[in-house]
Amino acid sequence: MFMKWPAMGYLRAASLPDLWSALAEHGASAQIIAGGQTLLATLAFRLSEPGTLIDITRIAELRGISVSGGTLRIGALTRHASLGRDALVRAHAPLLTEAVPLIAHPAIRNRGTIGGSLAYADPAAELPACIVALDAVVVTASAQGERRIPAREFFTDLLQTALEPGEIIAAVEIPLAARLSAIQEVARRSGDYAMAGLAVALRLEGGRVMEPRLVYFGVGNGPVLAARASAALEGRALDAGSIAAAQAALGEDLDPPRDLHGPPEMKRHLARVLTGRVLNGLLTAKEMAA
Amino acid sequence: MITLTVNGERVTRHVEPRRHLIDFLRLDLGLTGSHAGCEHGVCGACTVRVDGEIVRGCLVLAASLDGAEVVTIEGLSDSGEVADLQANFVARNAAQCGFCTPGMIMTAADILTHAREEGGGTPSRAEIREHLSGNYCRCTGYQAIVDAVEDTLKARA
Repeated sequence: MFMKWPAMGYLRAASLPDLWSALAEHGASAQIIAGGQTLLATLAFRLSEPGTLIDITRIAELRGISVSGGTLRIGALTRHASLGRDALVRAHAPLLTEAVPLIAHPAIRNRGTIGGSLAYADPAAELPACIVALDAVVVTASAQGERRIPAREFFTDLLQTALEPGEIIAAVEIPLAARLSAIQEVARRSGDYAMAGLAVALRLEGGRVMEPRLVYFGVGNGPVLAARASAALEGRALDAGSIAAAQAALGEDLDPPRDLHGPPEMKRHLARVLTGRVLNGLLTAKEMAA
Repeated sequence: MITLTVNGERVTRHVEPRRHLIDFLRLDLGLTGSHAGCEHGVCGACTVRVDGEIVRGCLVLAASLDGAEVVTIEGLSDSGEVADLQANFVARNAAQCGFCTPGMIMTAADILTHAREEGGGTPSRAEIREHLSGNYCRCTGYQAIVDAVEDTLKARA
């Protein structure tokens, strides 16, 4: 087993135009690096051997968190630790604030970025599931210009996204809304990738659940938006009956692969348990607020 | 060629892109206090500070650190910032083989720093464990390490 990284080139892009010319020059042998918390580990195992790393961490256009025009915009270079501390994120997307402590460990959260997590698209990662639950838009940039891709269409398969060659994530935009949201996961040890997890966002109107989005992670090839379980809640009061209905409907939504942690039936069980925990937690929070 | 500050000293070196921060510190600068353990971001033995925040040294490109400020266990120890923590590690027998200890001290120092900044009272044992969860120790069973950190937090409160 190798643990040292392969020989490679390194260059740092100072701006987006600088990045486009670097990508044009190095082509398919180039690999973009941001926080590097996944990529550099894969280099140690020689799972990837890029010709040249192009460091984007000093590109100012990819930074910053702001609210305008009814959306919360989070720059791709936002590190997990900054995301967890940010007041705008806490006010408008507390699901992300709640997710941050579940991501790896403090030293990794100080380097890893939201753009990197979304681009890598690990099926057990928290942030991809959160942005699908929040119905966010992934804003991409390339030499050809910007694209806006709904989060639910961004994750296309195992570790695969809708990003084209030469295209990067610039930001994530989350529509502002009065939501209830929560995230929980089951992991063997604190900071490990989840065996199963669930991120939920929904609105309550006149006591009725509107636009519920139950998104599971660690149970498929990417974040899984559970259509039937979500539909079982739509228009109903959030109570023991509707929660049980969502749990019952969930079976049809999931097709978990067998993995290191156990067989599909164990993942289904964990997903049902998480459904009960997260929705009952929202119910308790709603009752305490009333 | 990169120029950075390591433990308060300006350093200029040529580094290969494949050099991670820990090999740069150990092999190029002779600072062997930071340990290369798993070298893929799991064990925490390589924990150092970059620009005031702890990082996995094995998951940082040395070449990316032009202008950065790095503090290793040598610098932290010499500064006296964690003299009480180190004394409590000795008192509690929190170091056995010692391989994880520099990383543990760096991460425990981070708990002490953030406990002071956030002012949310003394972190509980569960919170100490959570913060240390990315640092593996194969000898102690962690109990003595948590004891040493807790003693230090209480004494500083």
